[in-house]
Amino acid sequence: MLQIARWRVILVAVVTAMGIAFAFPNFVPERLRDQIPDFLPKQAINLGLDLRGGSQLLLEIETATLRRQQLDNFADQMAAALREADPQIRFTGRGVVADAARVRLIDPTQMEAARRALRPLALSTTNNNEIASYTENPDGLIEARLSEAHLRELSRQAAQQSIEVIRRRIDPNGTSEVTIVRQGDDRIIVQAPGVSDPEMLKERIGQTALMTFHMVRDVSPEEAATGRLPPGTMVVEPYPDSGGSQEIVERRPRFTGERLVRANPSTDSQTSEFVLSFALDSEGTRIFCRITRENTGNRFAILLDNQVLTAPRINEPICGGTGQISGNFTAESANNLAVMLRAGALPAPLTVIDERTVDASLGADAIESGGKASAVAGLVTFVFMVLAYGLFGIFACVALLINGILVIAAMSMIGAALTLPGIAGLILTIAMAVDANVLIYERMREEAAAGRGPALAIDAGFNRAMITIVDANLTTILAAAVLFQFGAGPVRGFAWTLSIGVITSVFTAVLVTQILIAWWFRLARPKTLPI
Amino acid sequence: MASSWPLIRLLPKKTNFTYVKFAGFAAFLSIAAVTASLVSMVTGGFRENPIELYQRAEGAPLARAGAVLERGFNLGIDFRGGVSILIEAPNPIDQEALRALGQQAQEGDVEVQGTTCRPVNAPPYCALLNFETAPDQADTVEEIRDGLGEITAGARIANVDAVSAKVSEELFSGGLIALGLAILLMLVYIWFRFEWFFGLGGVLALFHDVILTLGLFSVFRFEFTLTIIAALLTIIGYSMNDTVVVFDRLRENLRKYKKMPLGELVDLSLNETLSRTIITGCTALFSLIGLLYLGGEALSGFAIAMIFGIIVGTYSSLYVAAPSLLLWGVKRGREGSSEKRVAPQTAG
Repeated sequence: MLQIARWRVILVAVVTAMGIAFAFPNFVPERLRDQIPDFLPKQAINLGLDLRGGSQLLLEIETATLRRQQLDNFADQMAAALREADPQIRFTGRGVVADAARVRLIDPTQMEAARRALRPLALSTTNNNEIASYTENPDGLIEARLSEAHLRELSRQAAQQSIEVIRRRIDPNGTSEVTIVRQGDDRIIVQAPGVSDPEMLKERIGQTALMTFHMVRDVSPEEAATGRLPPGTMVVEPYPDSGGSQEIVERRPRFTGERLVRANPSTDSQTSEFVLSFALDSEGTRIFCRITRENTGNRFAILLDNQVLTAPRINEPICGGTGQISGNFTAESANNLAVMLRAGALPAPLTVIDERTVDASLGADAIESGGKASAVAGLVTFVFMVLAYGLFGIFACVALLINGILVIAAMSMIGAALTLPGIAGLILTIAMAVDANVLIYERMREEAAAGRGPALAIDAGFNRAMITIVDANLTTILAAAVLFQFGAGPVRGFAWTLSIGVITSVFTAVLVTQILIAWWFRLARPKTLPI
Repeated sequence: MASSWPLIRLLPKKTNFTYVKFAGFAAFLSIAAVTASLVSMVTGGFRENPIELYQRAEGAPLARAGAVLERGFNLGIDFRGGVSILIEAPNPIDQEALRALGQQAQEGDVEVQGTTCRPVNAPPYCALLNFETAPDQADTVEEIRDGLGEITAGARIANVDAVSAKVSEELFSGGLIALGLAILLMLVYIWFRFEWFFGLGGVLALFHDVILTLGLFSVFRFEFTLTIIAALLTIIGYSMNDTVVVFDRLRENLRKYKKMPLGELVDLSLNETLSRTIITGCTALFSLIGLLYLGGEALSGFAIAMIFGIIVGTYSSLYVAAPSLLLWGVKRGREGSSEKRVAPQTAG
């Protein structure tokens, strides 16, 4: 009777101790947080944008443009595949109409050969899934449509690439606290705490890729070691995953990507490596011809967003206005790069569909008023419980206190953002947490009224209220689960605090109070129930 | 220890309220309130003619009906779309000048509201500038920012929300789906844990609570935001919580008193859980009233919805969920097996 298994006491002690450890950093001023020893958690609660102030942009990839580009590419690939398979296959009309990429065979009897040549294109190189389907017309017209699954995958990839590009542009050093994450298939959320004017963000995100051609200045290692650069040069880092290397180039570009009229992936006819072929406009052709003639034997670098894509040696003057860039490409990366060069680094244009800016002082206000409201809610509940249930009310308050610590600890541990609605969730949790205690105590009172002794009444109170407690709290968890599905940003913060609070409150209200009452009972040996 | 403390002793150990007797009157009251709420939702809070609204709207019948429903609420920026700019200033803001500036910045509907300022640390004057649409919000915001100084010195933009029509429509339908889904989940849960007749009663109460809360927001034109959806979902959780406590007791009593008439049984169960209902309701209400007064404007809508929802939710557990069982009856006298399952717990 009223024996509490040792494991329960240990469980409560361990969980409470961990709760205190994880909640502790929140009560340490930020500048002292680094001094917490390494074996203890240092993570404080992550404040949502509405509390700390800052800007949030929700960007959407213009899928229509993306699809168009991909179809364009596919048409190119079809043409290349036909040409490569058999030069005898003659075709015209490479292009895109509506949702299909198409070529037209001049001689419809070559359809069988064309089909053979095109089949590999319709399968993904990575997982052999079908990415496109062909329809053939008797008059020689072949149309290819990309599968929905593939298009979705492309959107996802485009979003992923865009995230990389955006990060490089707004957070080049990786030092600011900007978070950039994908949402759904084709959306990106950019959150910049502390930025009160999102125009700057949008400008940087929306800028087109800067592709520039520079001459490489080969510097001897000794010279490089001195750290002094030749006048008019700069050091540029390699573009991620391009296989380029750090180079020293002339600061002034010889010409820029504006001169580019075409860029598409292809394979080198000799090495069968994947390359990027490009064509320049007439002015670009003239400049390129001149500089390659003057600098034969030297190297030039192609930079994208000021990072080295490739730095090939000029073997001979190039005056045809077309060229190839090789750079360790796979079919996919060559394709991506081609898309980027055409659309300007971002694989597809992005539109801002939702924008929120909160001034930092507004956030500070929200924290202050939210904090006050929470304190008052806690205090009111404390007073009310003590007034209503006396000693048992105090036990409930101890449980509530531990519950508060556990909620803060869990929020810090998970890294879920605390938002303004989240504070409301916290307050609601405080108020609802005592519900379990109330259910238990009321049950005890009933059992006592039915003539049971205090020990039996206490035991029965806990046991019989348990089913109801679980039933009642599961409903709140279910509602919170729906919120997770639906919720954006702030509302999701509410769902976090609410569901964490419900779980911890059941734990504390049941286990902690039970232990406290058992201890008290052993000490006091009461003859009647004090409630 | 004085005998009147803890105060819980003041609550009678056994109450004998006869809820069922008033169930008919309560039903009338609830039906009237629900009807009024529904009417308010389609008439823009009794301010507009739904037929006219419907005829003015464009598109498919469903879209037109949606347009009528949208007028039923004072939709916040999340659901309405457009641009909303909060301006703060140390000196009074000339609203007409602000409207002129808004019109200059962008064609189309511009709305200016003098709004209550934040509770703490805020400059004393503020205004809200709302644009219905935002073809190019970047320029709009920039122009407002530049022109503000001339209207009142020291003014600044404290908050900008720009929501495209696409996002606002998604949020609106997403919110409705979330509400429907939550109610469905509760139905399934009760069905699973109890019996179908309990589930029906519980869900009836939920619809009652949600519709009345929506009605409150429709009639009084409180701003309907994303946070209110969160509040509604929480109300669903709370109301269900309340109902489940009552049903739990009812189920227990059904096994205990096999011969007692259903009406008396319902009364008994409600009376037995009454003190819990009061105490939990009170702690929740006190905390929320604190939130209403201290939580600032952003959370006041949430607090209002929750306070109302908790009162209505408690009422509906007592007068809707439980008495509704009398309408369709419950299955009684189940095999003794269920009784045996309870027995060990009683022994404790």
